[in-house]
Amino acid sequence: MNLVVLVKYVPEPQGIPTLGEDFLVVREGVEGALDPGDEYAVEAALQLVEAHGGDVALVSMGPEGAMAALRRGLSMGADRGVLVTDPVLRGADILVTARVLAAAVRRGDYDLVLAGVESTDGSTGTLPMTVAELLEIPSATFARKVEVIDGSLRAERQTEAGYDVVESPLPALATVTGSAAEPRYPTLKGIMQSKQKPVEQLSVADLGLSTEDMESSQQVASVKAATVKGPGEVIEAGDEAASRIADILADAKVI
Amino acid sequence: MAKVWVYAEVGPDGPHPASLELLTKARSIADTVEAVALGPGATQTAVALGDHGAQTVFASDDPVYAEYLAQPAAHALVGLIEEHRPNMVLFATTYDSRDVAGRVQARTGSTLMSNATDVLSLDRVQTQIFGGATVVDVELSGPDPKLVLVRPKSFPAEPAGGTADVVEVNAEIPEDRKRARRAERHEEAAAGPKLEEARVVIAGGRGLQDPANFAILEELASAIGSAAVGATRAVVDAGWVPYSYQVGQTGKTVKPDVYIAVGISGATQHLVGMKGSKRIVAINKDPDAPIFKLADLGVVGDALKVVPKLIEEIKARKP
Ligand SMILES: Cc1cc2nc3c(=O)[nH]c(=O)nc-3n(C[C@H](O)[C@H](O)[C@H](O)COP(=O)(O)OP(=O)(O)OC[C@H]3O[C@@H](n4cnc5c(N)ncnc54)[C@H](O)[C@@H]3O)c2cc1C
Ligand SMILES: Nc1ncnc2c1ncn2[C@@H]1O[C@H](COP(=O)(O)O)[C@@H](O)[C@H]1O
Repeated sequence: MNLVVLVKYVPEPQGIPTLGEDFLVVREGVEGALDPGDEYAVEAALQLVEAHGGDVALVSMGPEGAMAALRRGLSMGADRGVLVTDPVLRGADILVTARVLAAAVRRGDYDLVLAGVESTDGSTGTLPMTVAELLEIPSATFARKVEVIDGSLRAERQTEAGYDVVESPLPALATVTGSAAEPRYPTLKGIMQSKQKPVEQLSVADLGLSTEDMESSQQVASVKAATVKGPGEVIEAGDEAASRIADILADAKVI
Repeated sequence: MAKVWVYAEVGPDGPHPASLELLTKARSIADTVEAVALGPGATQTAVALGDHGAQTVFASDDPVYAEYLAQPAAHALVGLIEEHRPNMVLFATTYDSRDVAGRVQARTGSTLMSNATDVLSLDRVQTQIFGGATVVDVELSGPDPKLVLVRPKSFPAEPAGGTADVVEVNAEIPEDRKRARRAERHEEAAAGPKLEEARVVIAGGRGLQDPANFAILEELASAIGSAAVGATRAVVDAGWVPYSYQVGQTGKTVKPDVYIAVGISGATQHLVGMKGSKRIVAINKDPDAPIFKLADLGVVGDALKVVPKLIEEIKARKP
């Protein structure tokens, strides 16, 4: 079984990213990493291959530094990587990104494409679906569990009321939540081996896409600080804490 | 003449409440406001949709839209868009609508804006980043329709008292678009008021330390009465409580009269789901927890000690 995982390199995944003067998220010259949300997808892919055999390819679009994200996935155990990097892609919006990723995925054979539910920095949460539609394959998003049974995808998709079991023939795409798999730490051996694994670096031209398809359709017009109410009172959890909270509930007429 | 559409998700209890909010907003930016509703019960939703401003509702009760994920709905919606050419389509940020919007974008080649918190005009939307600390206006360009996913509860739903014409949708769904099938549905929602509707929300985070400790939040909720229990993504992902409890960017947006955050640090992705609450109380043992910046009342201390005392206090006050 051939698996593809869409992995994104994100700036400062634990902190708050910075906006540059052009209102784009600063991606260069800051510390970055494989998006923690995508580690779940890498782990889920590795587990599927351990159960059924096959190969895991990582596909990413980003600056050259995004190689670090691919290395991380490779050291976890993925077999190879593809990085699409090109100056015209700076500030690419989601449609452009989806076109690039779909074109990169289409270059190889795949049975299942996995992705995170939403990226830590962009958080649009729609990119994998646009990719699925461009690839003309079905999808199950927001899965807390993915399995392949008798050659079909079975996913537990979280819903507002509980979860649905979704069944789909392959090839298909699924996005996974943090409940799907606990990412492994790369071992020293894994880190050493990752250096030998093939990573292909491609440009937009290599993918046969025209720069016309690369135009972004969203421009930031203005950025301003929101009006936030100032912090209230902070007290120690002494004897009166419970009654102060109860006063608030009484004031709101809920008790 | 400006034409704005609302993709109205059809649920078991009628149209998704956020579609009524979107129609209310659509009325203020366009003279033609129409809705698309697909799936069993769609035709019936036309009453509420019309009341909130939809002049026409394109509806189909075909079960195919509920049985198969995203592909049939996207296919039908693209067909309608090509025929009727709206300038903008508004979707509520829900998982089903997000899937449909993403697929539609691939076919129309138009822009898709996620996480919008306001729609200013046919080509300008507003979003909030960094947990709502920063407001960003974004200009949308490229071919129509502009596709916009709006966070629920971004604006109120106000009836306009109209009636919609219902136009039946008879889209032919090709077999190769009936693929990912909902084979089973499981409900694991909690008893009591719904999280989005409760007057009080008590949310727990990793600071509760053990899934078993969630029971004290349930106990507090029942002592108060009109209260629901929520949670952070950290504890949902850890499997302590079902996803239906999750508050925040990837979960529900709540605006209760009182929000009590228990053992929650206050990550930006959590804040966007609850910062609109009227009164916020936070209990956290770390005096520097970011949640305190937002709280009307912050209590620095061990949640496992404070909550039981609060339950006692409430019981003592009740007649
Ligand atoms: C793309 C994306 C989407 C996300 N969506 C969401 C979302 O929808 N909702 C959401 O909630 N999060 C979301 N997150 C996750 C978010 O970033 C945080 O990781 C999460 O909210 C943290 O949960 P927490 O506050 O329970 O845990 P922590 O951050 O670990 O905080 C636990 C807190 O408990 C306190 N504590 C410990 N012991 C005690 C005690 N005995 N008494 C009192 N306090 C104690 C600690 O001081 C600490 O502040 C998202 C993240 C990403 C990247
Ligand atoms: N530049 C990218 N390269 C590879 N994968 C991406 C990229 N952007 C987004 N993705 C994938 O799409 C998911 C959702 O991202 P988003 O739509 O940005 O919230 C991520 O978790 C990744 O799996």
